[in-house]
Amino acid sequence: MSILLQIEDMSVSFATPRGNLKAVRGVTIDLEAGESLGVVGESGSGKTVLSRATMGLLPGSAIRTGTITYKGQVISDLPANEVRDLWGTGMAMIFQDPMTALNPVRRIGSQVTESLTVRLGMSKKDAKLKAIELLKRVRIPDPEAMLRKFPYQLSGGMRQRIMIAIAVSCNPELLFADEPTTALDVTVQAQVLELLTELRKEFNTAMILVTHDLGVVAGHTDKIAVMYAGDVVEYAPTRQLFNNMKMPYTEALLKSIPRLETPTGSRLPVIEGRLPDPTKDEPGCPFASRCPYVQDKCRAEKPPLTDGGNKHFYRCWFPIGGAK
Amino acid sequence: MAGSGKAHMRPEGDRVLVVEDLTVEFKIAKDKVVKAVSGVSFDLIRGETLAVVGESGCGKSTLGKAILQLPKPTSGSVNFLSEELTTMSKHDLRERRPSMQMIFQDPVSSLDPRLPVSEVLAEPLKVWNKGNQVEIDAKIDELLNAVNLDPKVVRDRRSYEFSGGQCQRISIARSLALDPTMIICDEPVSALDVSVQAQILNLLQDMKDRYGLTLIFISHDLAVVKAVSTRVMVMYLGKVCEVAPPDELYLNTKHHYTKALVGSVPIPDPDRAVTKGLIMGEPPSPMNPPSGCRFRTRCPAATELCANEEPQLREVSLGHFVACHHPID
Repeated sequence: MSILLQIEDMSVSFATPRGNLKAVRGVTIDLEAGESLGVVGESGSGKTVLSRATMGLLPGSAIRTGTITYKGQVISDLPANEVRDLWGTGMAMIFQDPMTALNPVRRIGSQVTESLTVRLGMSKKDAKLKAIELLKRVRIPDPEAMLRKFPYQLSGGMRQRIMIAIAVSCNPELLFADEPTTALDVTVQAQVLELLTELRKEFNTAMILVTHDLGVVAGHTDKIAVMYAGDVVEYAPTRQLFNNMKMPYTEALLKSIPRLETPTGSRLPVIEGRLPDPTKDEPGCPFASRCPYVQDKCRAEKPPLTDGGNKHFYRCWFPIGGAK
Repeated sequence: MAGSGKAHMRPEGDRVLVVEDLTVEFKIAKDKVVKAVSGVSFDLIRGETLAVVGESGCGKSTLGKAILQLPKPTSGSVNFLSEELTTMSKHDLRERRPSMQMIFQDPVSSLDPRLPVSEVLAEPLKVWNKGNQVEIDAKIDELLNAVNLDPKVVRDRRSYEFSGGQCQRISIARSLALDPTMIICDEPVSALDVSVQAQILNLLQDMKDRYGLTLIFISHDLAVVKAVSTRVMVMYLGKVCEVAPPDELYLNTKHHYTKALVGSVPIPDPDRAVTKGLIMGEPPSPMNPPSGCRFRTRCPAATELCANEEPQLREVSLGHFVACHHPID
């Protein structure tokens, strides 16, 4: 398989009145064509900034360093308008909030056909036919009537399907899905995740699925990067990660998920404390103050990303189950 | 499912709340009526946590609000601490409000952004004349300590300075200010991160034990409900499908809709993550619900009987009630 996307040592920071806010701190990730990567972390871990920075969707105040290579071409140095040419056909994004991501004053039809006419140069008539086909593909009942509707007439699940239809309309090679199901009901969430996986397999699209829920990525990704305070703290193939967890943070995140097996009335394990201040550079491991296994070394020295074999990387001095 | 009936009522218990045949309809046009809640009955025993579970649009939030008479239900009765609320005068109803509180879904927007936390918490106390400034200050500190916030740090801050989880703690503190008997929690954790969710769920349990509360916990997530509730009521399109203790409901699911809800919970294990019993599509419009069983249009086991006759709640095992013509064996 060929490498589709390579992110090397990417950092993103924002100038704020309180100082330089470091949202992403030297992240290195790669993705093969057709592969699916889950990026998992709490609010404020930098997972959304990571995906937006890769696509070139950061506000002007952001400072980005590092290299992004897309299909062998370094895109991190390209001017914004040339990166934009990749949108739609190369990379596309599904945003978190289906309520606000669609334009409220334009009909669904004009929003779905826009990228078809602009990017693929289709005629209006062809674009409409293709749009109907796309809406069928994402299982929207009565697609022709749907084209004439406005977003406010649709449920959240329907709007998210429209967002997916728009994102896949030009057969992108890389799909960013930023918390695509967080705003949806569990039943609809399950449907939308199934749909994404099905579309991805059909068109061999690579996907970066950003979420705070390890349960969501378990069945829908090939590998997972767990982020904490701007760092990737664990990076491994999905099965390897779940079966052989090394990072105490990943373990804590997994334990805090309420499950159907949880005995009624039992206390859920929680991660005490909060993320460190992103404007400060404290010595030591950023998770040290919340880690149940913390030792003196963790407070003094920041652990490097360690290669544990089997494509499994972690950032911990005292990994679960011991070092290799 | 999606049936009616009162087989699950427990007249012998120490009931805080008895809701019977509650119906809420909204008129949205000349002859268009949204049937949000249709003939729902249930009761709540002191110290219990009743979870109300279902998809968006099943009427669970409307039900919660109708209990508080916000607005008054279209028909049916709501009996709280042996007093009928639906026929009560405005003045009398207001007198009862301190003992029934609500926690809302969006923690940030349910707090006034202009008020410091001390004012947010002082407001109910002042409105109800609960002591002088010194006593109110002491009460505010007690409430903030109870929800694990440091009064010295948070008192003078405003809601926008807090994270979602902290705002939800403040909302919980506010709902406790007037020593309520019952709190209705409307999706209190669905806007929060998984790690924060667990903290808030634990906090609600603690508060319940400490203040002897009775809770109604509205959620769309069965896994969340499993940890906190003593009884679960599954709703679909304004009707009750299944009522059971959480363990029983999960291990011995009887309703096809409940099974779909159980199957939709994402499992954090790649070997078991394959979704089973997925139902397709979305609920039909509550303006024009299907005849008979309201779930039949999405149900894998639907027959002609389901279209013609509405299933009634019946007991299938001790404490487990289901409204379905063809329950799962």
